[in-house]
Amino acid sequence: MSTAEKRAHLDVSGLTKRFGGLVAVKDMALAVGAGKILGLIGPNGSGKSTVMKLIMGIERPDAGSVRINGIEVAGWPSHRIARMGAGIVFQHSRPLHRQTVLENITLALLPDKLMQPFADPQTDARARAIAARVGLSDVLDRRPATLPFADLRKIEIAKAIARDPQVLLIDEPFAGLTVKETAAFSELICELRDDGRAVLLVDHNVKSVARMVDRVIAMYVGERIAEGSADEVMRDETVRRVYLGGSLETAARPESSFRDAATPFLAVDNVSVHYGKAQALDNVSIHIHAGEFVSVVGLNGAGKTTLFNTISGLLPYSGEIRREGAPLRGHSAAAIARGGIVQCSEGRDLFVYMSVRENLDLGGQHLPRAAHAEQIAWLFDLFPVLRDRQKQAAGTLSGGEQQMLTIARALMMKPKLLMLDEPTLGLAPVILEQISKALERLRQTTAITVLLAEQNVTFALPHADRVYVLEHARIVWEGEPAKFAAEMGTGYL
Amino acid sequence: MRSFATARILLVGLGVIVLASFLPLWVTGYILGLLTLAYYFGVFAMAWDLLFGFAGEVNFGPTFLIGVGAYTAGILDNLYQPPIALCIAAGALAAVTAGVVLALPALRLHGPYFGLTTLVAVLILQNFVVVDAHLTGGEIGLTVPDVISISDAINYLIALWFMAVSGAILFWLSRSPVGLILQASGQDAVQAGALGFNVTKHKLAAFIISAFFSGLAGALLVFYLGSASVGTLVDITVSVQIIIAAVIGGRRTILGGVLGAVFLIAMSEALRPLGDLSNFVVFAMALVVVLLFPSGFFGLLTRTREQA
Repeated sequence: MSTAEKRAHLDVSGLTKRFGGLVAVKDMALAVGAGKILGLIGPNGSGKSTVMKLIMGIERPDAGSVRINGIEVAGWPSHRIARMGAGIVFQHSRPLHRQTVLENITLALLPDKLMQPFADPQTDARARAIAARVGLSDVLDRRPATLPFADLRKIEIAKAIARDPQVLLIDEPFAGLTVKETAAFSELICELRDDGRAVLLVDHNVKSVARMVDRVIAMYVGERIAEGSADEVMRDETVRRVYLGGSLETAARPESSFRDAATPFLAVDNVSVHYGKAQALDNVSIHIHAGEFVSVVGLNGAGKTTLFNTISGLLPYSGEIRREGAPLRGHSAAAIARGGIVQCSEGRDLFVYMSVRENLDLGGQHLPRAAHAEQIAWLFDLFPVLRDRQKQAAGTLSGGEQQMLTIARALMMKPKLLMLDEPTLGLAPVILEQISKALERLRQTTAITVLLAEQNVTFALPHADRVYVLEHARIVWEGEPAKFAAEMGTGYL
Repeated sequence: MRSFATARILLVGLGVIVLASFLPLWVTGYILGLLTLAYYFGVFAMAWDLLFGFAGEVNFGPTFLIGVGAYTAGILDNLYQPPIALCIAAGALAAVTAGVVLALPALRLHGPYFGLTTLVAVLILQNFVVVDAHLTGGEIGLTVPDVISISDAINYLIALWFMAVSGAILFWLSRSPVGLILQASGQDAVQAGALGFNVTKHKLAAFIISAFFSGLAGALLVFYLGSASVGTLVDITVSVQIIIAAVIGGRRTILGGVLGAVFLIAMSEALRPLGDLSNFVVFAMALVVVLLFPSGFFGLLTRTREQA
């Protein structure tokens, strides 16, 4: 295994990327040298993964400079950037499924040449050496589909090592791993640093990477908000506000004030869900009373979306989900949605080429004409901006407006239970406030029941009557929002 | 281990080809004729599988490449009567050129749009053939003055060994490092790019190789049949048959295409007494194979052997 040269260096400045009207990355700057680890942290949608893709050439930057070992590579296709000495470990495992582990690693060792009748005889030995280094020696001849989740992640690391990159980008290395596996992975990443590589480590929280990183940059909605040592960033006022919010004013209603205390509107009992090898939900039990506003707080990969998809009838599960006492199992996803349990997915799923009005009309197409008109009028009151944008194509709205439209379209279905999956994803604070106000009005003026999934604690707590914390597929805390900061706060920095 | 399996499959294949070489001693000229046709179709299917199974691009118009090769060779022979070998080489070259002209812009598109482009290419060729009747013979078809041989046995052996050599080259290519890179490019272009592979370059190379074998086989077929027509070489139905042959033979196996082609032609012959119903039955059977055994005949064969 050759070691990267000492001059490995990544310099980024003025990096900017727009997607339509949304500025995903704005004037970003960072630098990391040989034998150092730079942590890039930020909540979901803050643009950190985009930064990584821009560096790697998977997305083209609109402006700015990316220099690898002093050579300007901004705007190059990714295979050329890879050859300049950059490598990436993707967040999601992407093995070739018909090939063995050994072949997957071999692939990464091949040169980009068309005339290769036979593999270089040394390739096999090198692939085996790399497999040994990451701990895959025992499973060389197995297919990826038969391997546990952590081994799949190891294949990704092995592929990155195989290219012997001097600049290594690692996207959320610990998502979905157990505590023990996380420790082993951290050690591996530190070894790679000790080889003299420059490592950029992207994650959600300072805490998970604090022990490994030399410096940390915190991002929020595309911009850099803080830089320093892990401790400094954790103490930073802006970072604390972004992750935890300011002083909390909650208007939580006590659980005893809901009349259906005995059989809550929705009860999820000991539900477990597996994605192949990975356990996405582990004996999760929650309940929501009619009219209640419940928040599920959890980091990326904790299982929030899985929980919602399970309730919506999209995933097989063990355990029981009851609506007003009657099991939901056996009902199709369409039947569950028609019955009034409506999910607003994280991806927004708008019909981007249709107008705002057409999107809303589709949501309410089952309503009689009069009720339809009445519902639309009420929604335009709730989100005045949508009234002005009626004729505009949904895809041309800003991120915040799209989110309002998504919620409004769900409300057109007159849901009994509205499930909102990370509505704040990638939104600027000012937009957050507008959505926040709309939710507050919803809560005070209607009898609607809301289940909100968020990693943005600032947004999740103020409206909530009750909060659940989901961590590594398990519910680890339940309580009033006022007690959250004191009992759970530090985990969310 | 992998190279051992590759060698074994090639050995078994060679054995089958040698055995099949003695078939002219046993069966009638009619059956030889059918098999000759099946072998050329086998090459079409194998060339198609390199694109679909490995590069991950669905070429809905394999007959575009075949047709360009066949008609170029046929028209050249009609106009100037050069040696047949020259006509065939020109056909293969024309198919490669046409393939590059089509693939360069088409590979910039993603997903179904690539497939649509290839589909439209077939329609354009078909219209060209019909409209430019003085050159191409139009809807009646093009008759060439020369054939390679009038002996059923010789035509059969040429087709058999042409298929064997094409199959060996394509199969070995698919198992070589380039085949691995091609699969990676087909399955996850972003990741392949991040690993330093020029995805477009590899896909274009696959398209050129596919075009070469398609055009070569198309040109040979013209000098076997003594004619070229839209109905036998260019029509969309022919494209669909080639695709079905490759898929029921076994995706990503290359050699499966031959099994699929022989199966399709053997079945439509065996079911000829059913009249118009025969095609219906053949396609229904193909559908059943695709639904029940997505890995195709070849996948079925190799799996049983692995279990044994």
